[in-house]
Amino acid sequence: MLRKVTLLAAALVLVGGPALAAAKVREPNEIAFSFEGPFGRYDQAQLQRGYKVYREVCSACHSMNLVAFRNLGDAGGPFFDPKYPNPNDNPVVKALAADTQIGDIDGETGDAIKRPGIPADKFPAPFANDAAAKASNGGVAPPDLSLIAKAREGGPAYIASLIAGFGTPPAGLTVPAGLNYNPYFPGDVSANWTGDHAHTPPGGFIAMAPPLTADQVTFDDGTKSTIKQQAEDVAAFLMWTAEPKMEERKHMGFSVLIFLILFSGLLYASYRRVWRDESH
Amino acid sequence: MSGHSTYQPKTGFERWLDARLPIIRLGHDSFVDYPTPRNLNYWWTFGGILSLCLGVQIITGIVLAMHYTPSAAGAFNSVEHIMRDVNYGWLLRYMHANGASMFFIAVYIHMLRGVYYGSYKAPREVLWILGCVIYLIMMATAFMGYVLPWGQMSFWGATVITNLFSAIPVVGPAITTWLWGGFAVDNSTLNRFFSLHYLLPFMIAGVVILHVWALHVVGQNNPTGIDPKSKSDTLPFTPYATVKDGFAMSLFLILFAVFIFYMPDSLGHPDNYTPANPMVTPPHIVPEWYFLPFYAILRAVPDKLMGVLAMFGAIACIFALPWLDTSKVKSMRYRPQARIYFFFFLVACVILGFCGAKLPDAQVIPGLTTVFVIDYDLNTFVWLSRLSTLYYFAYFLVVMPVLGLTEKPLPTPETISSPVLGVETKD
Repeated sequence: MLRKVTLLAAALVLVGGPALAAAKVREPNEIAFSFEGPFGRYDQAQLQRGYKVYREVCSACHSMNLVAFRNLGDAGGPFFDPKYPNPNDNPVVKALAADTQIGDIDGETGDAIKRPGIPADKFPAPFANDAAAKASNGGVAPPDLSLIAKAREGGPAYIASLIAGFGTPPAGLTVPAGLNYNPYFPGDVSANWTGDHAHTPPGGFIAMAPPLTADQVTFDDGTKSTIKQQAEDVAAFLMWTAEPKMEERKHMGFSVLIFLILFSGLLYASYRRVWRDESH
Repeated sequence: MSGHSTYQPKTGFERWLDARLPIIRLGHDSFVDYPTPRNLNYWWTFGGILSLCLGVQIITGIVLAMHYTPSAAGAFNSVEHIMRDVNYGWLLRYMHANGASMFFIAVYIHMLRGVYYGSYKAPREVLWILGCVIYLIMMATAFMGYVLPWGQMSFWGATVITNLFSAIPVVGPAITTWLWGGFAVDNSTLNRFFSLHYLLPFMIAGVVILHVWALHVVGQNNPTGIDPKSKSDTLPFTPYATVKDGFAMSLFLILFAVFIFYMPDSLGHPDNYTPANPMVTPPHIVPEWYFLPFYAILRAVPDKLMGVLAMFGAIACIFALPWLDTSKVKSMRYRPQARIYFFFFLVACVILGFCGAKLPDAQVIPGLTTVFVIDYDLNTFVWLSRLSTLYYFAYFLVVMPVLGLTEKPLPTPETISSPVLGVETKD
């Protein structure tokens, strides 16, 4: 009995890990992403659509400093093509890189120049430096998006809910100048709420204006470009940028677990055989 | 190491070496011929599991250090470089990060096993204290390791914990400045933490050798708490204990693999994927799960210095355990009352861990009409922490000394074999 209790207690310590006692905020919507679960994989078409939303909308303000164009052609990435195991040879990746202008130093003259991108280049940032990003965005630099899906409680579901979840603020809520109300954004709006204090609206004020409008991005695969579609696609893309090795990880995990289970079985059989004549 | 050696060198080379450096004899006596009580249960497999954990952490850590940049400007990006561009870097880093949690799961089970079966009692006091020293160095190592990715939680966790030393009267602020290597947690702090994080695991390995040495001098405790009296009470370490430990290790690796491959970030905090920013304080700074009970004790005390003393006192109690427990009976198998107090001790530790993760002023039962005593809201996590902290200390300082004198233990068997061989039919 006590052994079971101890085991249970150990398990409880595990689940009792870091939990946030959040102020009132709307829970992210349930979204069935293709990459969930132990066998989940990225949906390549969705990643491509998500990349387009990122490139045409998000990248106007947000940097993505950890991702290079070549990553787009890596296994599991949006433009992976088995014909080009080296993503630097992938023509789609090359074309996407060449579409951008990268700041560089001319090796001959030492002058600052702009040149077309190559697959080895990281995604160019929208602002020259942090101060410029702050100056253009009301004093706070827009967060880098490389890891955002892992850096926010709720992950991609939270991101999709947030960027598609603006809507009109409830009557009785004064939205401060330069900010926007969003029920999914952690914060506290009670100081700006004139209504019943038992029913303060959930969420907080976010500096980002509603970024998405219907049909703003035209999807090459003909998918209807609703706000919800754009939001989910870009959230999936951001999950990929945050965790590009996820497919490799789950794939290897499966083999490792099969091996360990068989190995444990063998060890158990050995244990029974070694101990068969000994009472204990 | 205990008793005389039965090692017989078989080849000419072994005889030659044995006369010069009897290292094969040492290995043989320690891990082959070493007598282990025949009645050890699976709680005794965690010693082996812990050495596996230490090995995994050291090997993955050494390879990670080949790719890591210990500087405030480069640390965060170098970790992401490992995750993205180093071959199997993601695997190494997830093994190392989750390995720390696995290490603590195993060490907590190992320690609680020691408490339940009275493994700290004479003649195993030094063995116990060496284990406590290992645990203490482990905590320091884990804390410094968590700072190295230089994310938000790394930075602010380091700020909170190093600031604790400023509570020491007179010299506190100077000590803190000395720890930081400056006037705030910054590049110099990160560099020294990296250096120490690389050093301390080898110190752990050194103390582990002493721990195993002490173990092999006094012999293992066992579920009855009765020391082996004859040869029929024990079995040689190899193959009996090795195969059982191996099986348990393999099961433990399954749990480890599930975390590495399917939920690698579940024990971490999302804020640590945001680079450290001294200008932005996260809304809620929490340590890793294995420190949460101590964090709750720290916050349960309203005074900073007293809180720090309580937190270190909680660890000191574990060191003093051999002299706090007055019972002559080792195993709680024969101490029904002690079992009940032990069970509530476990509950208190889990509750403390839970409280450590919550905001102190948050309500325990949301929406409950709150009970105010004078000025204090009793339905808050800080009060639940206070209650559990009280029990934590009472368990060591009151229950352990008093219960040993007042309780009436059940009759204990004469030898290990008598309860074992007596009840089981051999086939």
